[in-house]
Amino acid sequence: MKKDFKQSITKALKNQNLAGILDRWNYPATRAAAYAGIDFEALRNQIAEIKGSAAGRLEELAEQFKKSAEAKGAKVFRANSPQAAKDYITKLCKEKGVQKIVKSKSMASEEIHLNDHLAKNGIRADETDLGEWIVQLAHQRPSHMVMPALHLTKEEVADLFSKETKQPMSNDIQKLVKVARKELRGKYFEADMGMSGANIAIAETGTLVICTNEGNARLSGLLPKTHVILVGLEKLVANWTDAAPILVALPKSATSQLITSYVSMISGPSQNTDGSTKDLHIVLMDNKRTEMARDPKFKEALQCIRCASCLNVCPVYRLVTGHVFGHVYTGGIGTILTAWFNELKQAEEIQGLCIQCGRCKEICPGKIDIPELIVELRRRLVKEQGLPLIQKAIYSVVNNRKLFHAMLRTASVTQKPFTSGGFIRHLPMFLSSLTKDRSLPAIADVPFRDAIKKLKQPKSKEKASFYAGCLIDFSYPHIGQAVVKVLNKAGIEVVFADEQTCCGAPARYGGAFDVAANNAIDNIKALNNPEVSYVVSACPTCTVALKHEFVNTLQSEGKTEWLPKARELAEKSMDFSTLVMKLVGEGRLSQKDAKNLGKLTYHDSCHLKRTLHATEAPRKLLTGSGYELSEMLESDICCGMGGSYTIKQPEISAVILQRKLENIHKTAAGTVAMDCPGCVMQIRGGLDKEGSTISVKHTAELIADSID
Amino acid sequence: MFDLFKAKAEAAGNTEVRRFATKAEALDFIEGYIKKEEIKDVVGSYAVWADSPFLTGVNTKALAAKVPGLKFDVTPELARGSKIGITQMEWGIANTGTLAQDSTKAEQRLASALSWIHIMLLPSDRIVADLPAFMTKMHPSTSNYIALITGPSKTADIERVLAIGVHGPERVVIVCVDELGGKN
Repeated sequence: MKKDFKQSITKALKNQNLAGILDRWNYPATRAAAYAGIDFEALRNQIAEIKGSAAGRLEELAEQFKKSAEAKGAKVFRANSPQAAKDYITKLCKEKGVQKIVKSKSMASEEIHLNDHLAKNGIRADETDLGEWIVQLAHQRPSHMVMPALHLTKEEVADLFSKETKQPMSNDIQKLVKVARKELRGKYFEADMGMSGANIAIAETGTLVICTNEGNARLSGLLPKTHVILVGLEKLVANWTDAAPILVALPKSATSQLITSYVSMISGPSQNTDGSTKDLHIVLMDNKRTEMARDPKFKEALQCIRCASCLNVCPVYRLVTGHVFGHVYTGGIGTILTAWFNELKQAEEIQGLCIQCGRCKEICPGKIDIPELIVELRRRLVKEQGLPLIQKAIYSVVNNRKLFHAMLRTASVTQKPFTSGGFIRHLPMFLSSLTKDRSLPAIADVPFRDAIKKLKQPKSKEKASFYAGCLIDFSYPHIGQAVVKVLNKAGIEVVFADEQTCCGAPARYGGAFDVAANNAIDNIKALNNPEVSYVVSACPTCTVALKHEFVNTLQSEGKTEWLPKARELAEKSMDFSTLVMKLVGEGRLSQKDAKNLGKLTYHDSCHLKRTLHATEAPRKLLTGSGYELSEMLESDICCGMGGSYTIKQPEISAVILQRKLENIHKTAAGTVAMDCPGCVMQIRGGLDKEGSTISVKHTAELIADSID
Repeated sequence: MFDLFKAKAEAAGNTEVRRFATKAEALDFIEGYIKKEEIKDVVGSYAVWADSPFLTGVNTKALAAKVPGLKFDVTPELARGSKIGITQMEWGIANTGTLAQDSTKAEQRLASALSWIHIMLLPSDRIVADLPAFMTKMHPSTSNYIALITGPSKTADIERVLAIGVHGPERVVIVCVDELGGKN
């Protein structure tokens, strides 16, 4: 990570205005209320279909749009590059003698830095969307795609307005808004040109759909006799009726509203106030969008409707804002768009901010797998530029199981001076940052791979293969022992394949797909065993690798000969809680004589909830064992572990962890349960650092004794 | 349908929905409203009323004479100086409480975008269930500018705090008139 980027993170973390504002908004709840009674999955499938199909024929739709809009009397210019768009608009201004422009929001104009360009040509462009105007007065970039000034407090806005109007200003938001009304009202009447962006462009009818709440787009297009609408090609849809589902979803996802106050559907010029016909110019801008549409992976990103819900739910965005997480386009989708509209290299630092928790993918109305596309960016960055030296060294070890495991065994001895009670609390020198905010687990004296050989198990025809994953194998072998105990009670014998190695998730999420593919192959060889009915893991990240990612990684690396075996393994793979719940359902295990074991809270691990969809199974098992479940706030928000995220972004990870710990404390539960050893490591380490007595356990450990 | 429309429209904030059987009753209400809001022939206190089917058969000259400050010739200057704007809308959308306007003519936009209060007239039977249903009723082939309006102009751009009346009206009055078509 470059020094100035690291500094920008440190600086952003000191200012938590935006995080506080997002908290008060309570987006997840208000969004859910706006969608009440609507089948969100069906709606987003519809949008993904409409936008996906449009992305597949951008050129055709652009031409159709041009034809339809021109038939209605608009002038349509297709700008391939940002420069072409800027030149067209500047030339138009010169021809018409335009000196002042009133603008309503246009992301495309931000993308090409149009205002700067106009200013250099002596043309003044005033933003009229309140947030955009505030950001313009502050000489800043928008921090959020829908609410550009979300990072500023009312006091800061009052200062800006005071400077602009040369009047003293109160901090009252209602009064500040009226100041903006008064100041901007005059500008609409003085301007020679109005300019807007658009949310949807309909090819069939040549219509541009513009959503605003303030009414500024209506005014920008009302008084000036020339109206320019600058819009990116990705806004195209084929038919008039295609706009409906997008209009249904956009305001709900963007601002938790049923609909924006104003929706303007402009199809050709309207009448000017003197009775003449408006001079309507539409600039349809490409800037890499058609190239993106040709990319088999990134075509999906064109399904974005720019609602910014991926920002609102992102645990990282809220901490660092779009000034760090993004460029013009911000947050998860912004990272992807920056990589394309600017260049891949520009997204190099930004992409590292994604913790891969998957929360954005759950709520995206365009059904875009944002985390997966960010991993794909990483893969291409690694292909293009190679890995950073340290990562390269780590992966070369992980890539060689024998060396990797030998090193872990050595570590269990060499760590001795630093360990106590199973924790490493302080590390010296350059490693010190690793133990600043959380204690680390010590490497176990006896790894699980050795311990299991000494366990007495009943012999059975029915066998399950246990995939330990590195953490359980070398740090938390007792979790593995609990798994064996539970499965033995159902009459299943647990076998352990010694050749199993790292699941490849760290390498994959770091973009090193070649390493991840080698890990996949090693594990497929080790685990494929016709004698076992299940391959069970007590680590959701590993389970996701076995069940979903091996196939994808091998495909990406062109190692198709391994696909049938990878699919076979995926078929058998299951996470611990889901398998146990299945056995309970089959009557092979029961939880009849539960004693009262006290209050417990549950943390949903990202991969378990969002990819494996196992939220009910662990809860049922735990309450069935006699625990009283007290749900914490935001139980499904990432704990900040995110694999190697704690090492790559330690500062951000620590702040995310802090919030998780606060939410745990608020429940006053004596135990916090989870299904992921990574989360155990993060949360247990954080609580140990605080000196807390709350016990942090894997579900397997908690239910092992009570289940029969 | 009307009840849902009324509930959703009023939920948009600073919006009231009235329903009258006859044009005469609606006109009485509007006159009373104008009076209550102290409309007078002074900049900042005008009421501008854009051309509407509602006005067919209404003696606008006599009405303008009777109500000082009420204007039927909607110019940018008069609209800028208006407290109330009155327009007739094409359709209502029940599940969002939205009204649809054909905004192609400048006076329709002037009378609905600049004043503090926007009075919208609607034939009571022209309410459809939702947006997809609406999109089968109006079409770009017959209107270059279709505007959907739901509640007042608003923003949450400062600290996500709701503020009403940014660039457009801060209050909305919807007047449904059965006589214009009222089976709903």
